[in-house]
Amino acid sequence: MANTTTDVRRYPGFLAFTILCLVLLYTPMIIVTIYSFNDSPSITKWGGFSWRWYQDVFFGIEAAKFKTAAWNSLSIATMAGISATVIATSAAIGMIRGNSFKGKSLSFGLINLPLMVPEIVSAVATLIFFSAIGITRGYFSILIAHMVFCIPFAYLPIAARLEGIEKSYEEAAIDLYATRWKAFTKVLMPLLAPGIISGFLLAFIISLDDFIITNFVKGAGVETLPTAIFGSVKQGIKPNIMALSTLMLLVSVFFVSLSYYVSKLGERSR
Amino acid sequence: MANTSALEVRNAVKVYGVKPNDVIALNDVSISVENNEFFTLLGPSGCGKTTLLRMIAGFETITQGSIRLFGENIENLPANKRPVNTVFQQYALFPHMTVLQNAAFGLTMLGKSDKEANSVAGRMLEMVQLGGFADRKPGQLSGGQQQRVALARALAPSPKLLLLDEPLSALDLKLRHSMRVELKQIQEEMGITFIFVTHDQEEALTMSDRMAVMSNGELQQIGTGKEIYEQPGNRFVADFIGETNLLSATVESVKGSHATCVIGNNTRLECVVSDAIEAGSSAHISIRPERISLAKSTVSSAGQDTLTGVVSRYVYLGTDTQCKLLLDDGTKINCRVQNAHGSTTDLAVGERASIHIDQGAARLLVN
Repeated sequence: MANTTTDVRRYPGFLAFTILCLVLLYTPMIIVTIYSFNDSPSITKWGGFSWRWYQDVFFGIEAAKFKTAAWNSLSIATMAGISATVIATSAAIGMIRGNSFKGKSLSFGLINLPLMVPEIVSAVATLIFFSAIGITRGYFSILIAHMVFCIPFAYLPIAARLEGIEKSYEEAAIDLYATRWKAFTKVLMPLLAPGIISGFLLAFIISLDDFIITNFVKGAGVETLPTAIFGSVKQGIKPNIMALSTLMLLVSVFFVSLSYYVSKLGERSR
Repeated sequence: MANTSALEVRNAVKVYGVKPNDVIALNDVSISVENNEFFTLLGPSGCGKTTLLRMIAGFETITQGSIRLFGENIENLPANKRPVNTVFQQYALFPHMTVLQNAAFGLTMLGKSDKEANSVAGRMLEMVQLGGFADRKPGQLSGGQQQRVALARALAPSPKLLLLDEPLSALDLKLRHSMRVELKQIQEEMGITFIFVTHDQEEALTMSDRMAVMSNGELQQIGTGKEIYEQPGNRFVADFIGETNLLSATVESVKGSHATCVIGNNTRLECVVSDAIEAGSSAHISIRPERISLAKSTVSSAGQDTLTGVVSRYVYLGTDTQCKLLLDDGTKINCRVQNAHGSTTDLAVGERASIHIDQGAARLLVN
């Protein structure tokens, strides 16, 4: 099949185009990663290999700021991820298992709206909404905003998994005297678990990486990692930022791979 | 009532959707199933048999009518409150549980202790000859074995009624045949009323005590296999169960349950009538192919009441031979002769033949 004439690999310029795409996508990240190990304080001149900027991240002048920001980021990502997953799971069950109702496609659109609306619009809207109802900006407002925009990211893998689970499993459970709740916990949940886990991981990583909305709704003094990095960069790029970015990149790669792996595993067990 | 039926469905109606886009899936269906009976719902796909089964199980609501289980109305009970279990078409075994956990699920949900549930489930697995597979996952079993687990799982809580939704359709032919015998045996041993849904008439004939033939959401006929095959109530039943020859006819005179009809080129035929009919009306005659025999057409045998025609084709089918005949008036007729007798084959294709219909084999169908 790889040799058929319709194989995309046989199109002229395929190789060159692929290389161009890969270079554009990954060169910046590779350069940042390489220069995070630069011994020189310059961000363009190579001065030999060193771990000093990693040490600087953990023990330097800005270490305390980064530590608080990292803690904020992780705690918000965990809580927002969990809440978004719970909401997305309920939404998926309602949408897919429920009978058709008026405005079903509208609901589907609403759930996934944050994926399509430009983030800056959501950010401004969220900010205006928070001031209108008088929520003080800070840790809590960031948390609420993250919960909301993480929902569609959690929803998609969960809904995809649920659509692949035959309704007859739940019917069999209920037929065998299980209550609706038991049918959910004993039968549907275990079958849905891979979708739920990968939905959570996706929501977690999206929350961890978010900058625009966070920057709008955070109050003065409360920082997450992305906003802390942005704050530092405004005073000039130092190599410690590259080290911190590389660390975040690692965390992201880890969680995205985990999410992918979990959903693959789920497919096999189906 | 001293003698209540195991199941009594009265005037069941199921309508999907709202007017004017509504679809009537079941139209006024009434059946009553006796205790310990193996009852089959038979019909082509889309005839409403699965809807009726799911309604009895509690997965579908009933639009109108009532369902009684041993005299008690159950149509308003949720599925998990009905003492009725189902064997699903694709088995729906819980893939994350072991075979034993699957079989014990119903009893556990009924609040039985793990020990009791597991011992009953174990016995059920022994009964379906899967005692040694208790710790496997369903995914590690073959289709036939999964089918047995599904059966054990549904029987473990001792339901008052077992519903089977085309459980054999996913198995290969050989396995299907042996499972038929086994299912019937288990039903007789357990003394549980079975309601079996299928579109396979052979399956229905081999296992059922009685069956209900359905079509287009309506009940066509209820009876034993023999009654349905030999005395079909209407054209649909005659055509759906087995093969038949349907000839259009005009009724000449009616005498009790017999009528004299005129078919084709003015040949008279004595028929048994299915429903009351008046002389002069037109109807159809059903004749099973194996009740027709052929003879060489001679001048002497070509009387008024003999149908004659030309042999157009033989189809060898192993146990018997199918013979296609073109009658003089243009009607096509099939007949079947057992190869043990070897009587047809002395007529060559293209030769003239006269046909003889067994006494009582011609049945006049009003509907």
